Amino acid sequence: MRIACTVNGHTRVAENVWAGESLLYVLRERFGLYGSKNACEQGECGSCSVYLDGSLVCACLVLGGQANGREVVTVEGVDAAGVQQAFVDAGAVQCGFCTPGLIVATHDLLRRVPQPSDAQIREALAGNVCRCTGYAKIIEAVNMAAR
Amino acid sequence: MEFLQPATWEEALAMKAAHPEAVPIAGGTDVMVEINLDHRRPETVMDLTPIRELTEWGTDDGVLRIGAGVSYTRLIDELGDRLPGLAIASRTVGSPQIRNRGTVGGNLGTASPAGDAHPPLLAADAEVELASTSGTRRVPVREFFTGPKRHTMRQDELIAAFLVEPAPGPQQFSKVGTRNAMVIAVCSFALALDPARRRVGTGIGSAGPTPLRAVDAEAFIAGELDWDGRRPPSDATLSRFGELVAAAAKPIDDVRGTAAYRRHALAVMSRRCLAWAWATPPHLWGGGARSAPEGL
Repeated sequence: MRIACTVNGHTRVAENVWAGESLLYVLRERFGLYGSKNACEQGECGSCSVYLDGSLVCACLVLGGQANGREVVTVEGVDAAGVQQAFVDAGAVQCGFCTPGLIVATHDLLRRVPQPSDAQIREALAGNVCRCTGYAKIIEAVNMAAR
Repeated sequence: MEFLQPATWEEALAMKAAHPEAVPIAGGTDVMVEINLDHRRPETVMDLTPIRELTEWGTDDGVLRIGAGVSYTRLIDELGDRLPGLAIASRTVGSPQIRNRGTVGGNLGTASPAGDAHPPLLAADAEVELASTSGTRRVPVREFFTGPKRHTMRQDELIAAFLVEPAPGPQQFSKVGTRNAMVIAVCSFALALDPARRRVGTGIGSAGPTPLRAVDAEAFIAGELDWDGRRPPSDATLSRFGELVAAAAKPIDDVRGTAAYRRHALAVMSRRCLAWAWATPPHLWGGGARSAPEGL
């Protein structure tokens, strides 16, 4: 099947897509956008967080065909320089695998709640798993980005 | 695998009649996990996300009719005041990413005994609206589940909506898991009080082959509560209520917990839910109690 969607503002088309491919697979393997990470493939880790029609989703849980005609924004296209710098400055990046998902999820939080409390940060990032930092530096980074 | 993408509800029903094997997909939070991990390779999947009617809700003769495709995030934001029990349960679903995609229609379709929406729907005596090319029927949620991941739907039917009365009194929900987020319930409990009719509804999750009501507990506590004077129930009454809820469960030992633990936890959760609900002042019955932090 054929999938045509807008990704980071550009029209992208993938031909000969198997109907069972996830949006994550299409983004990475068809469009060469490797920022969204593939880890759990069951929505548990948040490493593939992207926007689909402006809503934060796990790309692994979207069937490729469901993105047909829709607008996708990945970590490569999200306007989150402030969040990224805060993650660097706070030391919230260790191995870095979870970072793209956390950047997109933090961007989503801050557009909804510009000055989040620690409880709101923890709740908003509950679906993004980091196995290095212990989260303290990540929460610090979100607080820095919010200032 | 064939991918069907109906543009309208009529088209979806016609496709389901022609392809009874088609697996409906909305938020994908169950179906995609099975496809990604190769637990299941459906011959045909049918995407229901383009169908506008499924994402709409309205009030019909005082009853809320909520499209099967309304996300948990929207349930919390748009209906949290009218359906506080379902909203509390919805806040415990997954993560923001999962709540943005997951739907009650999908929860019902999967029919897991652990589905978070099921106990509050049971407690509030909700109905499921099923549709096919041969017509529409409404099934009470308490008759919908027939076994683990089994329900009363025919192969040619789709879930159109669920129907539920706006909360006529306080509602509560409690869930046990290893984290506050991203967990399947070890067990869960929902309570709905209807002071005007002097009725109590219950729902037990993840402690039986299907979600269950605690019928004896409902009858006992409806007779014991001081509906007029609003005096708090005694400790002995609360304990008896908890015992009856635990007795209604049919749990097993599995990877998430033992049957004995589930019964114990249900007794505790049901006592707590009742105490919380009873202590909720009437101006907060609309869902003001125990809400999430602002903006979530």
